[in-house]
Amino acid sequence: MATRMKAKHQRLTLVLLAVAALIGAALLAMSALKDQAAYFYTPSDVGRDHLPAGRAVRLGGMVTKGSITKLADGVTIRFLVTDGAATVPVRFSGIVPALFKEGSGVVADGRFDSAGLFVADQILAKHDERYMPPQVAGAMHKSASLETDEKAKAVK
Amino acid sequence: MIAEAGLAALWLGAALCALQLVLVVLTLMASKQVRSDVVEGSSEKKRGSEQLGPTGLVGEALELSRAIRPVAVAQGVLTLAAFALLILLFVRVDLSVLLVAQNDHSEKPFLYRFAASWGNHEGSMLMWVAILSIAGAAVALLERRLNERTLIATLGGQSAIGLGFYAFLLFASNPFARLTPPAAEGQGLNPLLQDPGLAFHPPTLYLGYVGLSVAFSFAIGALVTRDVGPAFARAMRPWVLAAWIFLTIGITAGSYWAYYELGWGGWWFWDPVENASLMPWLAATALLHSVTVLATRDGLRAWTVMLGVVAFSMSMVGTFLVRSGILTSVHAFAVDPRRGSFLLALLALYIGGALALFALRIGTVREGSRFDALSREGSLVLNNLLLSVILGIVLVGTLYPLILEGATGEKLSVGPPYFNSAAGPLALILGAAMVAGPLMRWRREDVRPLLKKLAPAAALVIVMLVAVKMAAPTIGILPLLGLGLSAGICLGSIEPLIGRNLRRTPLFTWGMVVAHFGIGIALAGMACDSAFTAERLVAASVGQTVDVGPWRVKLASVTPGFGPNWTSMEGTLEASRSGATTILRPQARYYWAPPTETSESAILTAWNGQLYTVLGAQAGEGRWQLRLWWKPFVTFIWGGGVLVAFGGTLALIGRLRRERRSAKNREAFA
Repeated sequence: MATRMKAKHQRLTLVLLAVAALIGAALLAMSALKDQAAYFYTPSDVGRDHLPAGRAVRLGGMVTKGSITKLADGVTIRFLVTDGAATVPVRFSGIVPALFKEGSGVVADGRFDSAGLFVADQILAKHDERYMPPQVAGAMHKSASLETDEKAKAVK
Repeated sequence: MIAEAGLAALWLGAALCALQLVLVVLTLMASKQVRSDVVEGSSEKKRGSEQLGPTGLVGEALELSRAIRPVAVAQGVLTLAAFALLILLFVRVDLSVLLVAQNDHSEKPFLYRFAASWGNHEGSMLMWVAILSIAGAAVALLERRLNERTLIATLGGQSAIGLGFYAFLLFASNPFARLTPPAAEGQGLNPLLQDPGLAFHPPTLYLGYVGLSVAFSFAIGALVTRDVGPAFARAMRPWVLAAWIFLTIGITAGSYWAYYELGWGGWWFWDPVENASLMPWLAATALLHSVTVLATRDGLRAWTVMLGVVAFSMSMVGTFLVRSGILTSVHAFAVDPRRGSFLLALLALYIGGALALFALRIGTVREGSRFDALSREGSLVLNNLLLSVILGIVLVGTLYPLILEGATGEKLSVGPPYFNSAAGPLALILGAAMVAGPLMRWRREDVRPLLKKLAPAAALVIVMLVAVKMAAPTIGILPLLGLGLSAGICLGSIEPLIGRNLRRTPLFTWGMVVAHFGIGIALAGMACDSAFTAERLVAASVGQTVDVGPWRVKLASVTPGFGPNWTSMEGTLEASRSGATTILRPQARYYWAPPTETSESAILTAWNGQLYTVLGAQAGEGRWQLRLWWKPFVTFIWGGGVLVAFGGTLALIGRLRRERRSAKNREAFA
């Protein structure tokens, strides 16, 4: 088992090991990425791409003003997420992050059910009131309704 | 005037930094002819050449080199002064300074006015540069063991890094910019940052993060002078160890801070910002182990130098991720693309330059001593390979979404499922290797005695696996293996002490034992948390009781309250388990500058875990949202982290003591 390595071969062996480790890491990472990465969708993407129900995705957009409704159990809410062009209904059970409010940016992890309702497991609080998912900011910019951007400018 | 003085100190520091680099280059060029006869070799052989002069240099080179240390020290003092002046501006709430107006508020308590100075982009970059030059000054002041030429080249490396980041600070992130007319009131600090954690977590993390620059500069210095050997490794080790200790404390503190402050009950989110601190830690941990092989056995020369480069490169990648604004999270205050490109250019310059130097010079570094595959060295190679692979996985998972978005515009998020499934199993293998490694002899170990030494730990792992599986048949595979292995690690890590005279065991051996034991403890905490956490989410009316895990929690009342810059609704929870009742007071807070709501969790720490409670919004009909977790042994995670850092500290003290003793012995012989 413990065979003594030849003098010339040891450095080569170490280099080969390191290369093998790097390739192994890359392969492992790639295969895991294929299975585990959740793609980011805006409401417009959802309408266009026809997502299969039950696939883990991340949905980003703005919470439509006046759309948050509380359900009777006291911990479940429903609301609409929009990017200015399309709108998606979302359901979430849990304590919403403090920065979650109507007219603000939101990113939710979850999956669509067969009826097209997005069931969120988690709502990510971006810990900055000025935060808006970049692609949403891009989409909203066109419709010139970017109130938060004005605020950010005023700061500078 | 304070702001102007701060800016002047920074410019002066930058000028001295440039001077330092010029002096180093001149010294090295002047000394080249004299030293050209001395080619690469272990520094023991080089000792003869030290007769040239007390510093190993002669003539012009010697004269030039005398200025380098004082310049490095003065530079450190100047940036420290600039940083102190910024803190003074924040504490005084000088609203004629833009940065202060944007991040400070006169109604904030002293601690948060103080800590707000680094709770923003410009201030934290100033802290970064200050630590960089203080690290350089510390090397100039304290490092006496390293070959003088290598030391000078090291200080050159440090100043080369410094120059780029001074430029970034002065041209793209000036913290001292004035605001005219002055603001009437500051805009305040993000309330999530208004926590004692802010005073503690960023400075320790940065000390570790930027402290690794010393390892980078050492590697550069050694490559420039072709001086890679045990003496170099022994000189480098305490610096790496010190940075690694700070990094460990910083990560542990940051994890606990996120855990109690965010109110999500999680302790690690695989957020890119967290990964940015984990990656240098993984590289530094690998470096710490390979530098030991180089110091003790003169093996793994090229590998150690490479890791020195990689470790700080990861710090710079982390700085880029956090500071460029490429991520949008609490740490990425910068939303300025120019800064991003500036940092990216620095990154390419330094990492590319270091790798090019490595490629040019590594051929002239002789191969070190050889060893068997089954030996202490072999196990440390395995440790290094596994850590590197884990590092690669974290790096790919962190950068892939950014690169993909940049290249194709496609957006995806890589979260815990990826990191846990890809890095988790490797971490477990690494844990197993960690038990075996310290039980092996250097150079050569035989299979039978090794198996004999491993038998108790292996038996405990099997017993633990069976016991846990019987007690909790539904447990997932990773937590199960983690729990089993953690018991094995805890036992195996103290095995190197068996049969030794404990009082005469060197301190650094104790350090290793404690650090490895801490890893076992932390792993147990992680596995318990992911396997046995009980969670309840309810809308409870006042007077209602909710059961979670072994606890019965009664919502006694909800009352309004207030603090210096916030108002709140505070729930009073009566938590009882086997008779005894404890009161918990989670809050939903409203801050008015800037207007933000936060939830302040209330946590009850018992010997065997934590009860974690969060008060949510009012749910109508007099009900309040309550989220409760019972997290068995979750405290072990951070307890383990503290043990790891403590082990590192023991090792550092032990190493320094031995150095001093052997230096004295050498003097006695001479």
